[in-house]
Amino acid sequence: MSDFVSGFWNMYVIVIVLGSILACALLLYMQSKATFTPGKTMGHVWDETLEEYNNPMPKWWSWLFVLTVVFSLVYLVLYPGLGDFKGVLGWTQQGAHKTEVEKMDAVVKPMFDKYMAMDVKAVAGDKQAMEMGKRLYLTYCMQCHGADARGAKGFPNLTDSDWQYGGEPEQIKETIANGRMGVMPPHEQLGADGIKDLANFVRSLSGLPNDSVRASKGKEAFTSAGCVGCHGMDAKGMAAVGAPNLTDKVWLYGSSEATITETITKGRQNQMPAWKDFLGDAKVHLLSAYVISLSQGAK
Amino acid sequence: MSGSQTTYNDKVVRQFAVMTVIWGIVGMLVGVIIAAQLVWPELNMGFLHFGRLRPLHTNAVIFAFGGCALFATSYWCVQRTSHARLWGGPLVPFTFWGWQIVILLAAITLPLGFTQGKEYAELEWPIDILITLVWVSYALVFFGTVAKRTVSHIYVANWFFGAFIIAVALLHLVNSAAVPVTLTKSYSAYSGVQDAMIQWWYGHNAVGFFLTAGFLGMMYYFVPKQAGRPVYSYRLSVVHFWALIFTYMWAGPHHLHYTALPDWTQSVGMIFSLILLAPSWGGMINGIMTLSGAWHKLRDDPILKFLITSLSFYGMSTFEGPMMAIKTVNALSHYTDWTVGHVHSGALGWVAMVSIGSIYYLLPKLFGKTEMYSTKLVTTHFWIATIGTVLYIASMWIAGVMQGLMWRAVNADGTLAYSFVESVKGSYPFWAIRWLGGVLFLSGMLIMAYNMFKTMAGGKTQDAPVVIPVAHHA
Repeated sequence: MSDFVSGFWNMYVIVIVLGSILACALLLYMQSKATFTPGKTMGHVWDETLEEYNNPMPKWWSWLFVLTVVFSLVYLVLYPGLGDFKGVLGWTQQGAHKTEVEKMDAVVKPMFDKYMAMDVKAVAGDKQAMEMGKRLYLTYCMQCHGADARGAKGFPNLTDSDWQYGGEPEQIKETIANGRMGVMPPHEQLGADGIKDLANFVRSLSGLPNDSVRASKGKEAFTSAGCVGCHGMDAKGMAAVGAPNLTDKVWLYGSSEATITETITKGRQNQMPAWKDFLGDAKVHLLSAYVISLSQGAK
Repeated sequence: MSGSQTTYNDKVVRQFAVMTVIWGIVGMLVGVIIAAQLVWPELNMGFLHFGRLRPLHTNAVIFAFGGCALFATSYWCVQRTSHARLWGGPLVPFTFWGWQIVILLAAITLPLGFTQGKEYAELEWPIDILITLVWVSYALVFFGTVAKRTVSHIYVANWFFGAFIIAVALLHLVNSAAVPVTLTKSYSAYSGVQDAMIQWWYGHNAVGFFLTAGFLGMMYYFVPKQAGRPVYSYRLSVVHFWALIFTYMWAGPHHLHYTALPDWTQSVGMIFSLILLAPSWGGMINGIMTLSGAWHKLRDDPILKFLITSLSFYGMSTFEGPMMAIKTVNALSHYTDWTVGHVHSGALGWVAMVSIGSIYYLLPKLFGKTEMYSTKLVTTHFWIATIGTVLYIASMWIAGVMQGLMWRAVNADGTLAYSFVESVKGSYPFWAIRWLGGVLFLSGMLIMAYNMFKTMAGGKTQDAPVVIPVAHHA
């Protein structure tokens, strides 16, 4: 496809590029044909002492100039540069990138394919696979989940045994391959007082200090306000919708009364991006195994 | 007296010369602060963090320090080589006060976060309009003075100053074109890759015309003056002047290698950057060879030391530049500290040193003295500045190449060998050395300020009489 809206601009670029290079060459040629009188000045004086010698240009310098001009002309024959002319080598940056990626893929594909044929849990126990998985993790995952995989506010800790969307190999694979959209709806309509009751109840679930009078009122609201719809009657969450277990000591956004109040009032929106198209099945498979290995030994 | 046509207007030169030193200290101090913020991140306090202060640093050193130096030296040079007082009456003080207001507005708006988001062209549209008014006035004053010259030939320094003034006007008008929304917010007239291309056409020509052509003009006056020797080769100056003008305008795309910019544009940017090597070196050769037959003067003349060292750094960075513009080299150097080092070998080694040398030449003459208060302190300044520059450049070379190699290193399975943060960690010692280099360079400027105020004390500030041109003896 042409980079130009019309043939005119194609010609415009060609003429002006070649013209500028030739103008440089011509300038050099004409000025080196001038009459030189080495050691003598041009005969003009400014500001009492400023004069100019009529020395020739250094030969090596002129040849350096010629060399760069010749190089440029050769380059324009070989590579794209003169408008739509693609150059005799047919080089493009997209092509160069594709070649490099294909070359590398051909080398590494067997390494990943080997594990693709194995069960995720078996891969998680393979030392070499887990070294590869760690390197993939440090390239693609650590920006959000952290170099130590312990997460950050809003980004789950991958080293514990708490799973928002389920910890079975197929569920983890689904999370990495297609991503997740986490939504906690806002509940401003419950009013500041009602939300405070709820926050105290939620804190009581995991044994955090709370106002017991408010907590018991919050317990009723937990059922009547619809919280159970996602978090369940026992408040232990629901992996199918990504609703967190509220009875463990794991907090995605924080456990202080103020943070819980904010979560209930304004809701939360979260996203895990989908990696299938970018990484391909084999790498998603290996990363799933790596994520499982991270939580092995965790309670 | 001051309005008479028999004297030069030295008042405006005095004003710009003093402000060069003041703004130099301010701009370099901000540079030292942001260098420290990279080493000690806890120094990023409130809104005065790296992101807000970095454009303040670049604007202050390029346009406040460099700009004042160019105004001072071009006004001095054009009057003396035209043998005429500055043309333009009230336009002359307007260029001084207008430029100072631009600088003050930049110092207020940039830390507050008002920006067009274009590198080296961050200032919002009302300030851009003021810049345009000042610049048009500057052009009128400069070319008005050239027009009323009493010698037939235009001295080579004025070609360079003239090209710098015209090109910067063009660059500023095209790149800053924007649609204002409020007094402090506007949107660029361009979008996508065209916007990027216009930005780097501007960006690299700001280097080519503001930081090169202008300072070559400075070099062509002060080097032969201080050396007391004729310029080495008139023909060389003709060739390298026109070749620079021809080729610089094309070099911008080398800032956008391996991006959405079409392949042909990248190639054109690369080859014209390569062709720039010889024309750039033409300026260095003409300056350094002017000293032939007077090399001994280098031994005890610190001003000449500044000027000649600046040309050496100019030669070095104009060799490095074309090399970095080659795509395969750029694939390693781009986005690393190597670029930062390259810029500073030009900015500290060339632009700052040639300005400092020229201002040291001017100060005693502007304040009715025969020499600076202390020549010894000028020599001290020279050595501190040189060591500072070398520390800066060398540390950035090492850091840059290291970063480039770490980012591209892959394991046998095709994964990256290093995470980004590991390259950050590896850069710390070099960032500390760079900070030290900056501290040294800033200390030199403080010594200069002390020496300047001592030289000014009790000085006479009279305008010098216009010199009658030497009769033609061609």
